[in-house]
Amino acid sequence: MTWRAANTRLRRLEAEAIYIMRETVAEFAKPVMLYSIGKDSGVMLHIARKAFAPGKLPFPLLHVDTTWKFREMIAFRDAIVAQLGVDLLVHVNEDGRARGVSPFASGSAMHTQVMKTEGLRQALDKWKFDVAFGGARRDEEKSRAKERIFSHRSASHGWDPRHQRPELWRLFNTRIKPGESMRVFPLSDWTELDVWDYIRLEDIPVVPLYFAKERPVVKRDGTLIMVDDDRMPLLSGETPRMMRVRFRTLGCYPLTGAVPSDADTLDAIIAEMRGSSTSERQGRVIDRDESGSMEKKKREGYF
Amino acid sequence: MDSLAPSTSSAAPANAAIANEAATRPALRLITCGSVDDGKSTLIGRLLYEQNLIFDDHLESLERDSKKHGTTGADIDFALLLDGLEAEREQGITIDVAYRYFSTPRRAFIVADTPGHEQYTRNMATGASNADLAVLLVDARKGLLKQTRRHAIIVSLLGIRHVVLAVNKIDLVGFDQTVFDEIASAFRTFAAGLNFKHIEAIPISARHGDNISARSLHTPWYDGPHLLDHLETVDVGDDRAGKPFRMPVQWVNRPSSDFRGFCGPVSSGSVKAGDAVVLLPSGKATTVRSVIGPGEDDAARAGDQVTITLDDEIDVARGDMFVAPRARPQVADQFAAHLVWMSDDSLLPGRTYLLKSGHSTVTATVTELRHRIDVGTLSKLAAKTLTLNEVGVCNLSTARPIVFDAYADNRDTGAFILIDRYSNETVAAGMIDFALRRATNIYHHDHTVTKAVRVSLMRHKPAVLWFTGLSGSGKSTIANLVEVALNARGVHTMLLDGDNIRHGLNKDLGFTEADRVENIRRIGEVAKLMAESGLIVLCSFISPFVDERLMVRELLGDGEFIEVFVDTPLEECIARDPKGLYRRALAGEIKNFTGVDQAYEAPENAELHLRTDRKPAEVLANEVIEEIVRRNIL
Ligand SMILES: Nc1nc2c(ncn2[C@@H]2O[C@H](COP(=O)(O)OP(=O)(O)O)[C@@H](O)[C@H]2O)c(=O)[nH]1
Repeated sequence: MTWRAANTRLRRLEAEAIYIMRETVAEFAKPVMLYSIGKDSGVMLHIARKAFAPGKLPFPLLHVDTTWKFREMIAFRDAIVAQLGVDLLVHVNEDGRARGVSPFASGSAMHTQVMKTEGLRQALDKWKFDVAFGGARRDEEKSRAKERIFSHRSASHGWDPRHQRPELWRLFNTRIKPGESMRVFPLSDWTELDVWDYIRLEDIPVVPLYFAKERPVVKRDGTLIMVDDDRMPLLSGETPRMMRVRFRTLGCYPLTGAVPSDADTLDAIIAEMRGSSTSERQGRVIDRDESGSMEKKKREGYF
Repeated sequence: MDSLAPSTSSAAPANAAIANEAATRPALRLITCGSVDDGKSTLIGRLLYEQNLIFDDHLESLERDSKKHGTTGADIDFALLLDGLEAEREQGITIDVAYRYFSTPRRAFIVADTPGHEQYTRNMATGASNADLAVLLVDARKGLLKQTRRHAIIVSLLGIRHVVLAVNKIDLVGFDQTVFDEIASAFRTFAAGLNFKHIEAIPISARHGDNISARSLHTPWYDGPHLLDHLETVDVGDDRAGKPFRMPVQWVNRPSSDFRGFCGPVSSGSVKAGDAVVLLPSGKATTVRSVIGPGEDDAARAGDQVTITLDDEIDVARGDMFVAPRARPQVADQFAAHLVWMSDDSLLPGRTYLLKSGHSTVTATVTELRHRIDVGTLSKLAAKTLTLNEVGVCNLSTARPIVFDAYADNRDTGAFILIDRYSNETVAAGMIDFALRRATNIYHHDHTVTKAVRVSLMRHKPAVLWFTGLSGSGKSTIANLVEVALNARGVHTMLLDGDNIRHGLNKDLGFTEADRVENIRRIGEVAKLMAESGLIVLCSFISPFVDERLMVRELLGDGEFIEVFVDTPLEECIARDPKGLYRRALAGEIKNFTGVDQAYEAPENAELHLRTDRKPAEVLANEVIEEIVRRNIL
């Protein structure tokens, strides 16, 4: 039983995630898994394949593409999908694209609202999914600490923190009325370090942007932004410099801060994390305003 | 495909990667309980802080928030780390369960933080349902409060066996040993009546850090462990692996015709290829051919999620349970259980709820509320209902037998939740005590003259026409016209209304919500018997609740229940007031009067919706006749 003993903590987390996924598939008519290409999505996808083996995944993946993701993320996404033979749906908020919404022209808040939050709502409505898996963890942010594993959403995708169902034992109340939906978070009880430890244990591929490398960056409002393509307008006096950096979370490149780092292997990343004194969300431009901001976004239907 | 290269450039074997002790044990799940201001949030914040587990950016926003909302003057207010939702934070209270994660080299922890307000029993039960250990906080200045006892009782009820009594704010009583000793011994005396295995009392100061993660110099008289030391080393005895095998079937995996696997958690015991097992409730015996996942050794034990395949092709469905043949759980449709009520709508004995246990969901009713439990004193109180945050002992009856163990023996297979069928809210947490035997003695006799045979003598099919609406809406007028018309066509009918039911069969019932539910249940059963005899039954009752109308609908065969919503605006009913009842209700002389001080839940999908303000009663009665003709009942 050494297989289990040395990694009991991770195996228990894995088992719980499998349980949550199977419960969802058994109880809902049309599930989908939100695939954001990041490490949490990677772990979620990996566990889902275990949960439903030897069969195929009984649901597609959905990527809500804001059109501002790092190019390496999209390349990675397409390679993974091809390699694993999973179904991927990609949705872009075409209305937002036509209106020219972008992090630079519209500001981070508007861009996220339109391209991500509204985009997600559109996609869920378009394909009529009644449940969507998300890779969010409770340790990410304060308002998530109270999030349920099965989180009920109104027909307009709103989240009402005062009317959440109590979650007792592992007996999930999965009942919804027509038009309503659930968001399900199989990694609720994982920490950031658990995710990395598990990636190492199971040798799960992740986007290379997580590893340190020389990359062209500019420093803006104290954040290191990577110049990923020529859509990024440089301010006067700004010239991209090559710096050895990596990313702790991945999102839209203009909204994702890089950290200076030499960690270019998983072991180095994990060692760096254990000694780290900042949280992963620190690099996210969208959260920085007020600690209540995530909660506002969630009420509006952000994941 | 460059990006898919394995991400580890060092070739370290996976297992060696995590060398620390924390990796080898599952996280300890604990719940913290205390009254408001006992210092729960401060305590957890302090634990994180002392482990250097607060990130700089969090600390920064904490310092900012402390100035804005804090209660500690210039010091950091650790309590703010744990509060999450804006509104709560503004009010300075925590109103829900929040989860926190931290880990030391020796152990990982998942902390459920629950609020201390009296009305939040619901949240405590929720947090406790998944916890192995409880930290009960007491303010050293106040000693044991009714709240503390309440928390201890709930924690014990939910099956937690390990408790830490954290006597906090010991700094404010001058680190006085006698204060600590008195509180600790009072608690031990009280807790002797509960089901705890181990109680550890520790004097602490959350705010100043005494005995939190190091022994305090201020309490030289205390020779026990500091809090973190105890949490890191306590053995919460996960003894599930040593209990009889249970595996509820969660999902049937049939990707192709040549694979059929049954997925689910191993709730207790263990399983390996070749094991003889029994499937319940069918009782079929079979043999495990293979155990897939999690390991490679064709075996699994409590806590694992597995897929098993069988040697033979027996019928297996979600909700069934594989069990050890010689130590089987109970199978019954009547049982006694403890309920913690979690909804603003009180328990209505007789109402049908959905009961989810394991992976099966069945309809269920509380047939008898034996008593309520005062969770401050454990005394038994007579009760007709349970309201939010109340705990009671009940008998329940389910539509189909379910498979379970006593909650005391197995928290996974002995627990259930009740769900309201209309709102979908989770209304109660249940813990099964034992099966009731009496259900098994009533056998259904197979009679020769069946419903079909009886119906064949009639020239029409049986049906129940259910007229619902406000008092004075015109139900009885229309029902009467319909019955006259049916009678004229030679149809065998019966009319049930308040006059013939309330004065006889149901004369013991009043108009409280609970009595109204029972009233409709009995009428439903009577209407069903009459329909079985072949009659068309006209029922004219206000029947204000969706759930009860649904209950009657489900008693009857497909297409036999025809709900007729007699829709008259309330103002119109009040204006008509044929019996002077609204006048008296509005004057407060009659309580629980529908439309006045009790809600009427209008049907959303009635077979017929009659608007009495638009057409005369004769026309509407004719519409009812047309509808039953259209449905081929006549
Ligand atoms: N002197 C002293 N004050 C404390 C201690 N623990 C908590 N407090 C204070 O008691 C108040 C309530 O604490 P809080 O953690 O918010 O209580 P909660 O409602 O149980 O979460 C705050 O002002 C704390 O600073 C302690 O050990 N000693």
